[in-house]
Amino acid sequence: MPEQLLFAMEVTLNGLMAGVLYALVALGFVLIFKASGIFNFAQGMLVVFAAMTLVGVQTGQIPFAHLINTIFGTKIHHFGWTVPTILAIIVAGAAMVFVAWVIEKYILQHLIGQPDIILFMATIGMWYFMHGFAPLMWGSEVMKLDVGLAQGINETIDTTTYGWFGYGFFIDNLDIVAAIVAALLVTALVLFSQYTKQGRALRAVADDHSAALSVGISLRFIWVLVWSIAGFVALVAGIMWGSKSGVQISLAEVALKALPVLMLGGFTSIPGAIIGGLIIGVGEQLFEFAIGPLVGGATQAWFAYVLALVFLIFRPQGLFGEKIIERV
Amino acid sequence: MTFKRVAAASVAALMVASPVMADLVFPSLSYRTGPFAAGGIPYADGFADYMTLLNERDGGVGGVAIQVPECETAYNTEKGVECYESTKGMGALAYNPLSTGITYQLIPKATADDIPLYTPGYGRTSAANGNVFSHVFNFPANYWNGASAAINHVLDLNGGDLKGKKIVLLHFNGAYGKEPIPTLTKLGEKHGYDLTTIPIDYPGQEQKAQWLQIRREKPDYVLFWGWGVMNQVAIQEAANIRYPMDQFIGVWWSGAEHDVKPAGEKATGYKAMTFHGVGSDYPVFDDLQKYVVDAGKAAGDGSNVGTVIYNRGVYAAMMLAEAAKNAQEIHGVKDITSAQMRDGLEQLEITNARMAELGMEGFGPEFKVSCANHGGPGSIAIQQWDAAAGKWSLISDFGASDMEVIQPLIDADSAAYAAENKIEPQCN
Repeated sequence: MPEQLLFAMEVTLNGLMAGVLYALVALGFVLIFKASGIFNFAQGMLVVFAAMTLVGVQTGQIPFAHLINTIFGTKIHHFGWTVPTILAIIVAGAAMVFVAWVIEKYILQHLIGQPDIILFMATIGMWYFMHGFAPLMWGSEVMKLDVGLAQGINETIDTTTYGWFGYGFFIDNLDIVAAIVAALLVTALVLFSQYTKQGRALRAVADDHSAALSVGISLRFIWVLVWSIAGFVALVAGIMWGSKSGVQISLAEVALKALPVLMLGGFTSIPGAIIGGLIIGVGEQLFEFAIGPLVGGATQAWFAYVLALVFLIFRPQGLFGEKIIERV
Repeated sequence: MTFKRVAAASVAALMVASPVMADLVFPSLSYRTGPFAAGGIPYADGFADYMTLLNERDGGVGGVAIQVPECETAYNTEKGVECYESTKGMGALAYNPLSTGITYQLIPKATADDIPLYTPGYGRTSAANGNVFSHVFNFPANYWNGASAAINHVLDLNGGDLKGKKIVLLHFNGAYGKEPIPTLTKLGEKHGYDLTTIPIDYPGQEQKAQWLQIRREKPDYVLFWGWGVMNQVAIQEAANIRYPMDQFIGVWWSGAEHDVKPAGEKATGYKAMTFHGVGSDYPVFDDLQKYVVDAGKAAGDGSNVGTVIYNRGVYAAMMLAEAAKNAQEIHGVKDITSAQMRDGLEQLEITNARMAELGMEGFGPEFKVSCANHGGPGSIAIQQWDAAAGKWSLISDFGASDMEVIQPLIDADSAAYAAENKIEPQCN
């Protein structure tokens, strides 16, 4: 088989894996948009906060230690214990539920009935607040995240493909884990929304807030629920991305990768987020492989947006989004 | 309230808020927030702590106290310029903006304001030509020195012969990351290696395509010009594809503890260039601990003392303090102006004996600045990471870079700047 074709196959596989990671971030946006019509600008910061909380709890870090030390002249940083990973994930998940409750109680509740743009602006405010609050709580250091996930080349795939083609493909073990986790997450979310009372209520709210309220569905509960789920999805995304780079404030920028995915897949479709992520992942990797060297490289940053723009022209609602019909 | 009362209150408030004009004022354009805070915090801490040490131990410089007013830039160029404008009225003697973008914006402003810029290891490389850049100093080393030092190290490892070797420059796709390309290209022509440049766009969270290309091309060495999250991801991806870490060499902004720790044990062997010493095994750190950290006067919590970026902040502060002392001696006054500070920088001489007096023997090379040479000796050492020990170690001495190749590049770039800005040579 020609060498270039083998390379292209390897790039495609890695693009699929990268796409799964993009989709994980995009999922959080979709969940909130579906339930409330809010484009949650702060989703990237939820990823950072969730991951920071996980590492902070796991390593026994004292929250707001820097602030406490500055005010009281103390020198405390750690409790002196570490917390098992599973327990730390549960605590971080609970923290995200608390964040969801705070957001609903102190922000969203006061904005019911306001135009979408006001809600969007509120999420921008949340982004800035959390951008300062998260480092204040856990510090600005790059935090090493270790939840026991395997990283590095998958030996089985390397050996097998070498046996077939004389060239071993590189697939990162972490990407394989991310793909499995994303598949489980999407399955769980679909089952939840289709077969549980709360899931059906969530879909009802997504269809029409007023109609849902009129049949006794608690809008407040649904919002807390959906922001909690989005927070949990953010935690999963934070674990995957944070394992690659350490947990730091710039993790918030992974949200930029979710925007073209959403434009492509549609803001209201969970499968759309996954398919959109895969298309963007494969597209940008293949484009960089084939065209990148001709135009100076580093095409990933803009290719996804150009692809999304092309889709917007022909299908504004995205591949799987609901067509907006305005009745006069 | 009458206008007079308002005016009086404003003057009183300013007197309280501003440092006393007789102090030596070195504003710190720091970034303790934003995506690059992990590097910005230890640098700002090191810079402030050294100045505090001089105040606490020596009563300042020449008996004059030092003030370090901080202004947060978040590594944002516009905010950096705002910080410059808002602090220069305090009697600022020099600026160390810690950002290539901010430096480029400040070069014409600071020159017009007669305030020197000190940009060690960053900023505009050709500012080493003092004949054109009268108010910019980037000693002891710049990016082109770094490129040359990396090639010198590789030459040492290969018995002085790089013919047919493949070298990849993996770099941030911006002005900073592209800086070493001309030097590496020229050095490639001289030594016969093949250079491939692979850019990474900001922020660099996703580098799969770049590392797959490296895996396919199997270069003998990868040189790296990154910053922020780009560093941690690159080192992790190198480990993932099992690229030999001892053939992966970063510039000094890609060689801090927080860059290698997320990759764990697999980062062992990664190398980086440095223009100053590593660790805290120098007497000056004992003084920093005693007079600053233990006295509760440290800018941070003391945990960064001896780390790579903290040390760089200490080194930069030491240079400015020495230049201020030099300016006092040259002009015979204690309360120097920024113009006199510029003279102090331009006639600065750092000797091994003076470094020993400062408790920093061997921390950096000895050198002399001149009117024409604002770039210093360009001496650079190589440090290597040991994850098990959790520390960097110097594995080479501070070696000279190839000025035969670099000087013509500096001359050409600065000549173009001079022609564009109609600058007359300042040195006779």
